[in-house]
Amino acid sequence: MPRIQLTINGETVTHWVADNQSLLDFLRDDLGLTGSKHGCDVGDCGACTVILNDRPRLSCISLAALADGSDLQTIEGLGRHDELHPVQATIHKHVGAQCGYCTPGIAMRLAALLKANPAPDDAAIRSALGANICRCTGYTKILAAAAEIVEDWTSHDKPPDGSLA
Amino acid sequence: MTDKLRHLGPSETHTAAVAEGGIVGTGGHGKIDGMAKITGAAIFTDDIRLPRMAHAKLVRSTHPHAKLLSIDTRRALAMPGVLAVMTGEDLPTRHGAIPVARDETALAVERVRYIGEPIACVAATSEAIAREATALVRVVYEPLDAILTIEEALDPDLPPIHDEGKRPSNILRRVHQHHGDVDAGFEAADLVVEETYDYPGSTHVPLETHAAVAQPLPAGRIKLWTSTQNPHYVHKTVAHVLGIPEADVRLIKPDVGAGYGGKCDTFATELCASWLARKLDRPVKLAFEREEVFYAHRGRHPTRMWLKMGMKSDGTITAIDFKAIANGGAYASYGVVTAFYLGVFLAMPYTLENFRFTSMRLYTNLPPCGPKRGHGALQPRFAVEAHIDRMATDLGLDPVAVRRQQLVQPNTTSVNGLKVTSVGLEQCIEEALMGSGYAAKRGRLPFGRGIGIATSTYMCGALNGVYPDALPHSGVQIQIDRSGRVTIFAGTADIGQGSNHMLATLVAERLGITPHLCRVVEGDTDLCPVDLGSYSSRVTFMAGNAAIEAADKLRQRIANAVATALETSADALRFRNGKIGDGSRSMAWVEAIRLAEANTGTLGSSGSYRPPEADKRFRRNPIGPSPAYSFTATVAEVQVDPESGIVMVEQVWCAHDLGRVLHPEIAEGQIEGCVYMGVGEALLEEQGYDLGQMSSPSILEYKIPTVYDTPAIHALLIESHDPGGPFGAKEVGEGPQLPVVPAIANAIHDAIGVRLNRPPFSPDRVLRALQGRPPLGFEPMPDIDQRRGGT
Repeated sequence: MPRIQLTINGETVTHWVADNQSLLDFLRDDLGLTGSKHGCDVGDCGACTVILNDRPRLSCISLAALADGSDLQTIEGLGRHDELHPVQATIHKHVGAQCGYCTPGIAMRLAALLKANPAPDDAAIRSALGANICRCTGYTKILAAAAEIVEDWTSHDKPPDGSLA
Repeated sequence: MTDKLRHLGPSETHTAAVAEGGIVGTGGHGKIDGMAKITGAAIFTDDIRLPRMAHAKLVRSTHPHAKLLSIDTRRALAMPGVLAVMTGEDLPTRHGAIPVARDETALAVERVRYIGEPIACVAATSEAIAREATALVRVVYEPLDAILTIEEALDPDLPPIHDEGKRPSNILRRVHQHHGDVDAGFEAADLVVEETYDYPGSTHVPLETHAAVAQPLPAGRIKLWTSTQNPHYVHKTVAHVLGIPEADVRLIKPDVGAGYGGKCDTFATELCASWLARKLDRPVKLAFEREEVFYAHRGRHPTRMWLKMGMKSDGTITAIDFKAIANGGAYASYGVVTAFYLGVFLAMPYTLENFRFTSMRLYTNLPPCGPKRGHGALQPRFAVEAHIDRMATDLGLDPVAVRRQQLVQPNTTSVNGLKVTSVGLEQCIEEALMGSGYAAKRGRLPFGRGIGIATSTYMCGALNGVYPDALPHSGVQIQIDRSGRVTIFAGTADIGQGSNHMLATLVAERLGITPHLCRVVEGDTDLCPVDLGSYSSRVTFMAGNAAIEAADKLRQRIANAVATALETSADALRFRNGKIGDGSRSMAWVEAIRLAEANTGTLGSSGSYRPPEADKRFRRNPIGPSPAYSFTATVAEVQVDPESGIVMVEQVWCAHDLGRVLHPEIAEGQIEGCVYMGVGEALLEEQGYDLGQMSSPSILEYKIPTVYDTPAIHALLIESHDPGGPFGAKEVGEGPQLPVVPAIANAIHDAIGVRLNRPPFSPDRVLRALQGRPPLGFEPMPDIDQRRGGT
């Protein structure tokens, strides 16, 4: 049973984990961070997406033990109600979350994209979202939200995601 | 407000009739529960963790049809950490969504009827132990012949899957109706065409799997959190099956990760978790894994259809004769309703007076079908709309003109007793045509590109509930706190469609405050008055009216108090922007409600909605009548690659008459979701079986559209101001899905000149059609004219 130490949403966490424990179960069951969701448990749907060392990661098919030493961000650390990440603020405004079950994963996916590329074009946005299933929205309002962020940043020269997260 | 609202009908009544509170129809501010959803704070059932909570897992059948000779639980029980193993004998009370067809038990008793049917339930101290222990439960089966196809279910020599009841039969329900004179209609026609259509099964795939957490309470009571669309019906069913008073069960619907019809029934999650929690005297969680959601199913009925239509040379439809057989799977679910829905909406949205149908919903040894978005009305709409396009084209007529010349009119009653109130379909067609540039494209695009249209209607809730009684279908209570905060208590189930925001919008509109000052407490049977649930597109119309009634009672009390204080008349007062005034003087909201409470006591009220009585002349048509109907016109533009057979739906314009826009983004979102789900059924989704085993029980194998497969969707909101709807509103959550598949089929014909009578329009089917070869998997329509049977 390995002992891991990592940074989660800016805090250092030290914990024993089972050899075969998924990162998603570690977050949900051991830390109570239930914002990341079980949708399929085999990497098909993207509802469990977190940001691991600046890259989007499917936590349901990642081993917690291998996250030792990493920097992890979950939906709980993306933004608070009074300091929303632009992805959260625009999805909220456009009502891009219907049932909201896929939303944490989609928000993390878009946040990771914007951190790597502050001005992604439509193809890059679709390429990122291609890994996440939303069954409610037809992706329409989510794409509109993403487009608005990019438009906002490019037209107003606002700082990219990195300085806000 | 979005620019979509510019696409209103020519009357522009929306701007003329802005409600005085200034809330209805405004958007751009998210929904009241949106913040919880974008921060990960929303609590879904699987997120609930309680002290001493045990975890349960199900053992499922590996046979499509078998006797259960024995279930040996000893090895599982001996495993460290295992707390209990439950089998069907522990909870044998039968239940079912519709009281006339109670054919299910929590776990199989004596017999299994489909692969994946729950047989036993293991509770353990951890989910991993429970999962491991399920493999130790030894089930001995005696296989029986499986009845899998429509032909087998109709064979009177094969045994019934359910052998209880007076007349056991694999026909759950047969419905036959004849309105007008169909034979005379065909006589009067210039062209009569008959065709067979086949609509495949598909399933909902809500991202959240079904889950329940049960907690025992003192004195034998129980608290049950469950991801359901129908808290009231599930509440009744759980109490009935457990054999305890309904008052002893508190059912709470937390945030639900969508349903689309898939979470209407009562499942093993609720029943087993409740029974085990009482037995073990500790909380129990039972959450489906993804594969189990596919077996729980209750999805679209695969339906074989035969349609004969008569048309005059001017395009007038003279008669429709229709037969439909739905392969319903092993249990009834809402299948009795399905049998009616397959026929009763055939003529709508046209003025057709002569139609006849025979529909059947069968039992087979497959996972049970049930309600999926557009329940039962969707498959015949595909057949009718594709058929009209075919016949109009054959007669050299414009399919749009053919539809337009016989649209149902406002304030009329159809030949089968459907009372139509508001109709905005003409504007829907106009907007869809204008938005898409249809006229310039139809028949004029290069080979491989095409455009097509279809129209439809859908209900805003049913006049008759599942239980026949005189009680309201929706109840709402409102309480106003001295802070000015308004709490709305409703038995509704927001499953993502936005019913919480809908209730807040209507109450805020009447009280002149922002919806974000409203809290909605919903789906909790200890706290909320009954609402029948999120099905049949009923919530906005019914719960919305109840909310307005409750709000108006408080509004009157507040107005009286303010009128006295300001020395004006209560009737002169307007509630707007957090103020109550007559134009010259006004009082702030918080001051006003404190004054009203001082004058008249605690500020609480209730409202309820009961639909009007159905027309007595149409008693044999108990399912179909609704207080109002929505209308939709959809245009799809496709690109078909004749080499590969791949169809890409590039753009869809969906104009939907929703009566009145309450919140533009939420309304558009419902339309966009409907179009998305329709595109999935048109191009990708099909539930196949191999000897009773579902062939694609995972999100990887069962193809649902990703962002790459989803077209640009243009949601066009059309207002017809229904006289009975809340501020004129009608449904928007299901109707827009109905015309999507036929619009795409008609566009494919425009693109490559072939008619496809069976979705999904996959590359193999497109190529076979282009080669002039008969479609795969197309069986002839059995003769069902003389068959009887059913509940």
